[in-house]
Amino acid sequence: MAANGNCKDETWVMHVIRIRDHQDQAAFADLFQHFAPRVKAFLMKSGADAATAEECAQDVMATLWRKAHLFDPARASVATWIFTIARNRRIDLLRKSRRPEPEDLTWGPEAEPDQEDVLALQQDSARLKAAIAELPENQRLLIERAYFGDLSHSEIAAETGLPLGTIKSRIRLALERLRHAMR
Amino acid sequence: MSEEIQHHISDDILMAYSAGVLPEAFSLMVATHVSMCDVCRAKLESYDALGGAVLDVPSDAVAMSDDSLAATLAMINGAAPEPKPVPHRSGVFPRPLQDYLGGDLDAVKWRPVGMGVKQAILPTEKGAASARLLFIPAGAAVPDHGHNGLEMTMVLKGAFSDGDERFARGDVEIATEDHQHMPVADISEDCICLAVTDARLKFNSLLPKLAQPFLRI
Repeated sequence: MAANGNCKDETWVMHVIRIRDHQDQAAFADLFQHFAPRVKAFLMKSGADAATAEECAQDVMATLWRKAHLFDPARASVATWIFTIARNRRIDLLRKSRRPEPEDLTWGPEAEPDQEDVLALQQDSARLKAAIAELPENQRLLIERAYFGDLSHSEIAAETGLPLGTIKSRIRLALERLRHAMR
Repeated sequence: MSEEIQHHISDDILMAYSAGVLPEAFSLMVATHVSMCDVCRAKLESYDALGGAVLDVPSDAVAMSDDSLAATLAMINGAAPEPKPVPHRSGVFPRPLQDYLGGDLDAVKWRPVGMGVKQAILPTEKGAASARLLFIPAGAAVPDHGHNGLEMTMVLKGAFSDGDERFARGDVEIATEDHQHMPVADISEDCICLAVTDARLKFNSLLPKLAQPFLRI
């Protein structure tokens, strides 16, 4: 599936809305083809075996279906939203501890977010993704380890032999580059 | 309220929360602060966006089994949609904290720790990190102490000063290992804080040191 820049991110949003409004199984199948293998990879990198990761990836995608009415495309891309669902599932699964979540923002009564906000957010997300793809390999891997590995920064240091200060400054440098790429 | 917050959660901790690698006690601190602070909420959601972007980078997919889509559709067939999240509960404490207490301020089971200071340990996962509520009477001080590792203290009610810095509701004081500090509550009002530590505190004076094993801090 050719990732077609921001176009793709907006397509995913429409898919989630079709699931929300019409329980559209074809839209769900598309999302599943794209995201389930990525969620499975994420869970395996965090230490789950293939069978557990497979089962949890299905579970994460089923959660997307059940929570479609809670998705706000003015605040997150579909990829970001799925990441947060998968991350929380991973904490249940591998750490077996609670994850306290912030209170939800209490929005006004409006049902649909502003279309311009949705477009802007989805385009920013697409640019961020492009920026990550362009990072030097070592910086991209560090960010990936920070998010995918169930590792604290000090554990990353133990594995790569880099001192903690270096790791932190490298992560900041990588983030800085990402922020610039988004401007 | 949020525009008045002066002392925020640091970026590395927000990022670790987004990545889901913090001990539960520190997650509780972040969730409680973000409930009150739009600045940190926006930062946190950008770190989530970074997580989403990393997830979506195409190189690393692992194929699902052939029947996985059918199995998932069977799972959601007839499943009820998730209920909407519970609306904001009013009270002194933000909701993540109320969830741990089973209520608001009046649900706290305080235990005296001396000189009018009281505390309540919160039920987070066992380990090096712990979370507790601290009650500091108006005008009183928490004994001067250093500690191993990291300590974060956030004001929930009232205010305290430490040296020449002042912390009011929502403000977080982050103290590292070599930082000696002594929060002093404002004279006008009792102060209630959420404090999390990632190792046992080291007290400097003898009595609090003797009390340490009982305080579990």
